[in-house]
Amino acid sequence: MRAPLSWIDEFTPLVEGSTLEDVHAALVRVGLEEEDLHDFEVSGPVVVGQVLEFVEEPQKNGKTIRWCQVRVAPEGAEAADGGPDVRGIVCGACNFLEGDKVVVTLPGSVLPGDFAIAARKTYGHVSDGMIASVKELALGDEHDGILRLVTMGLDPEVGTDAIALLGLDDSAVEVNVTPDRGYAFSIRGIAREYSHATGQPFTDPASLVPPVEASGFPVVIDDAAPIRGRVGARGFVTRSVRGVDATLPTPPWMRARLALAGVRSISLLVDITNYVMFELGQPIHGYDLDRLQGGITVRRATDGETLETLDGQVRKLSTEDLLITDESGAIGLAGVMGGGTTEMGLETTNVLIEAATFDPVSIARTARRHKLPSEASKRFERGVDPAVAVAAANRVVQLMVQLAGGTADTLGSDLVADASAEPIALPAGFTAGLIGVDYEASQIRGALELIGATVEDATDGWSVTPPSWRPDLTDKWTLAEEVARIDGYDRIPSVLPVAPPQRGLTRAQQLRRNASNALAASGFTEVMAYPFFTAEVNQRFGSPDGSEIGQVKLANALDASVPFLRTSLLPGLIEVARRNRSRGFTDLALFETGSVFRPELGREYGTATIPLGGVLPGDGDLDDLAASIPPQPRRVGVLLTGDRTAKQPGVAPVAAGIADALEAAHTIAVAVGAELEVRQGAHQAMHPGRTAELVAGGEVVGYAGELLPELSEQVDLPRVVGVAEVDLDALVASSDGVIEARGLSTYPAATQDLSLVVGVATPAAEVGAAVREGAGDLLEHLELVDDYRGTGVPEGRKSLTFALRFRASDRTLTAAEATAAKLAGSALAGERFGATLRD
Amino acid sequence: MSEPTEITESAVAEAVDAALAAIAGANDSAALKAVRTEHTGEKSTLAKLNALMRSVPNEQKAAFGKLVGGARGRVNQAFAAREGEIVAAEAAAQLEAEAVDVTAIAARRTPGARHPLSLLQEQIADVFVGMGWEIAEGPEIEHEWYNFDALNFDEDHPARAMQDTFFVEPVERHLVLRTHTSPVQIRSMLDREVPIYVLAPGRTYRTDELDATHTPVFSQFEGLVIDKGITMAHLRGTLEHVARIMFGEGTKIRLRPNFFPFTEPSAEFDIWHPTFKGGARWIEWGGCGMVNPNVLRSAGIDPEVYSGFAFGMGFERTLMFRNDVKDMRDMIEGDIRFSEQFGMVV
Repeated sequence: MRAPLSWIDEFTPLVEGSTLEDVHAALVRVGLEEEDLHDFEVSGPVVVGQVLEFVEEPQKNGKTIRWCQVRVAPEGAEAADGGPDVRGIVCGACNFLEGDKVVVTLPGSVLPGDFAIAARKTYGHVSDGMIASVKELALGDEHDGILRLVTMGLDPEVGTDAIALLGLDDSAVEVNVTPDRGYAFSIRGIAREYSHATGQPFTDPASLVPPVEASGFPVVIDDAAPIRGRVGARGFVTRSVRGVDATLPTPPWMRARLALAGVRSISLLVDITNYVMFELGQPIHGYDLDRLQGGITVRRATDGETLETLDGQVRKLSTEDLLITDESGAIGLAGVMGGGTTEMGLETTNVLIEAATFDPVSIARTARRHKLPSEASKRFERGVDPAVAVAAANRVVQLMVQLAGGTADTLGSDLVADASAEPIALPAGFTAGLIGVDYEASQIRGALELIGATVEDATDGWSVTPPSWRPDLTDKWTLAEEVARIDGYDRIPSVLPVAPPQRGLTRAQQLRRNASNALAASGFTEVMAYPFFTAEVNQRFGSPDGSEIGQVKLANALDASVPFLRTSLLPGLIEVARRNRSRGFTDLALFETGSVFRPELGREYGTATIPLGGVLPGDGDLDDLAASIPPQPRRVGVLLTGDRTAKQPGVAPVAAGIADALEAAHTIAVAVGAELEVRQGAHQAMHPGRTAELVAGGEVVGYAGELLPELSEQVDLPRVVGVAEVDLDALVASSDGVIEARGLSTYPAATQDLSLVVGVATPAAEVGAAVREGAGDLLEHLELVDDYRGTGVPEGRKSLTFALRFRASDRTLTAAEATAAKLAGSALAGERFGATLRD
Repeated sequence: MSEPTEITESAVAEAVDAALAAIAGANDSAALKAVRTEHTGEKSTLAKLNALMRSVPNEQKAAFGKLVGGARGRVNQAFAAREGEIVAAEAAAQLEAEAVDVTAIAARRTPGARHPLSLLQEQIADVFVGMGWEIAEGPEIEHEWYNFDALNFDEDHPARAMQDTFFVEPVERHLVLRTHTSPVQIRSMLDREVPIYVLAPGRTYRTDELDATHTPVFSQFEGLVIDKGITMAHLRGTLEHVARIMFGEGTKIRLRPNFFPFTEPSAEFDIWHPTFKGGARWIEWGGCGMVNPNVLRSAGIDPEVYSGFAFGMGFERTLMFRNDVKDMRDMIEGDIRFSEQFGMVV
């Protein structure tokens, strides 16, 4: 909402000497959000001039200019810029006559857009200023010639300051009006709020409008299908004016105010209806009375009904749309946009004025359905003061009589909405108890009366009846807010509440942090990717074995080509890796933690209806809500490409690959205290021979390995891309115990190596596990140190060398004991996998 | 040197002088070892002189013994001293040989980095944990009841329109991507016993196109306190405390009346600090207010007995003005330079 200062000042005198910024700050203090400041950006010597004579001079470029002699000051007087009283000015327009009074911007003046005027040479003359158009003055869009003041009904003295004459010295504050304060979408509301902020006296503009007696115009409200039990129109006030001259100009003060308010001047009659809407907050619709057929009926649209709106569009109506109809049928979409057939035009002489009270929800739905947000619908949606309708209609009558030469008629209707509100009980201590300020009783009463409420004493408090323009005041909490707001939020003290002792971060929260920190410490850079992908990508990366998986699709994705939510973190990491490579970074180690969206295939989530707000749903509803949410496990994903260790003096580069992906998985597992088992695995997005399945707590929690080379190449990544993805929730859940410490034996260790020959397909980890099991408790540690194939080892077999460390808890082991344990291990491996001791 | 045939003072002195000269001439431990063998070994002159003691008459044994023993002692002492010198010199030489240009040594593995939004999230969480609050969580795909209805958003509230909210197909099943972290308020109230002191950080979604100051995927943190006797003064006290920890002692906060469906009274709050980039000024940080009684009722909490406050701030915005990040796209594109400039600290 933009409010010109002169308009506010009309109803609440501005504080002496206050600037635009001061007024803005005052309004922000009482809860109107700061938006912007506006003025006409016109300054300097801009005066009324009179064209004495001109010569038309055709130019080589085909244009004809006029070389004008313009009087800019009374004869013999000094002009506003200190120059002579008559100036030679070149003008490109040809819509004016000799003797016309015009607006002359003299050298030294500045027009909107920082357009500085100076005497300059053009078309063979020195143009000593400029004759301005409406658009150049930012008063409107008309640019079909210069502004002839006679068209605004003006005949001022030559040399008069045109800035003041046209109201261009006014400026406006723009504030954002929150949805609960519809009344602030008017000068009436803004001036009232300014009064609250400053204590300046406020005069309600509605109280200044002279009454008009009218009756006899038939209006019927026939709402067969109220929305949410609310009738579409609660009030419908009409007035009529006869004998208007619609071609008369809109006076400059009204044009200036409307321009500052952000509304284009259209024609005098339309400008008046807009002006009254801005002044009082009541949207007004004006009809050409002679084009109306019979009375007006307000009803819902019927199925299949259409309406051609003012913008020329034929709209298919919904049975929820509220219509204004006459005997010819639909003539307007109530509160949103009128129809073409009864529109006021330049030939209109008799006008019917509508000031209706429409239901906010009905208007909001219609405006949204037809994508027709308008100044009118914006106000109706937030609630228009039902008590201002009559004054607003009368104000239109007043202005049409004053400015359009019309006569007030007695034809009209007074179907006025009930504006009475239920009183609210406000207990004495409630406000202080909610706000934390010890308000005096007089402060509470004073604040509520200031905003227009009626306050009566009641037992232990007050009975408060909100004013008609505050439908948002519905309970004692809303009243407490008004008291706090009027008294000032600055008065609220600062008290730190003391929470009861609690547990701190949960173990899971702590462990997830550990995982991220451990990855970062081991060289990975954390990134955050968008979760929007195609179904194909999700299927590829989210389904290891290729079976169809469930996916979540957005109904209104920003990019319609990627409407599905991620089922894996890897595609996002791939995206990020590509972007980094395109920016010249080839050695990458990335990780991301975040949710993936994994609905079960074929299962329907959500609920058919939504439980009511404001009441605790029943147990059944709560259970349904709990079951309505698809699983969204947290995962951690890593991606590596390029070199893991860069080339440097004395060190060869180490290319990243499956080893690093596995290392990352182990890092994560250690960070969260989980035991991770690695198995040969398969994943359709990964290299068939270089994929590990990660198992924790008996279930597969992820994969590590290398991306399928074909996929890497498709997305312009190098052939080898190490990747791992782990279900962090599952991994953390697998580590919920308290770790039991083992006693540390201080007896000496015996170390031995064991080389076993097995088939190449036998997983080393399983051979190691067999050795560990066979060797028993004396084996403290086992580590694979070599995998040898070639000379000395038969074709199809490999030699695995394990370094073994034996130690007893109660004695020094003999070499013989260690050897016996080793051989027991080797024997079990032999039994299970045909392992033989290598010679 | 000729074979000694009898012990004489001159023979002993000659042998000692030869040994001392050889010791002094040995420059490394190998040479010294050779010298030791030659001058004190079985075949050395001193050893042979010593062997001649057998033929010395008894009455002279003491004098000759002293002569030969003294000579051997002097030689051995010289050996020990020289050995010490050589070991020290050799150790020093080895250290010198091992010296490197420390500026030429690159890291085998450079450390990575956390994303500053994650770090900020953890840092802010810790401030609240320090006050005794807990960290609450909720799903990103949320039911409309939690995201809107329970939070007192009327079914015709403009925020529920398609232009702000991502809806999940089919829309008739009423699932959305949460537009704020506020549904966690409802989940916390349903899951926990009063008093409730929780902070809920997390990812949120709105249908804003990505530009320098908007992103459709962003993150917020939401605070909620429900207890007996909670007032707006407690809200202000909490915000002031957090602002001072995050931005420094001189930080001031300002509440401005505003409107949110889930709070009444509602406010937006600004913070001011003398060292903000661009000079001391007020910067809007978030929205807050006293929990609307309808929100309490949605969770089965009696607003006549309990009251509470709630607030919400955006991590992206906080990072922008706190760390002078000028373009929100830097936070989501994943350019490693962005996270790496923060390392492990925001």
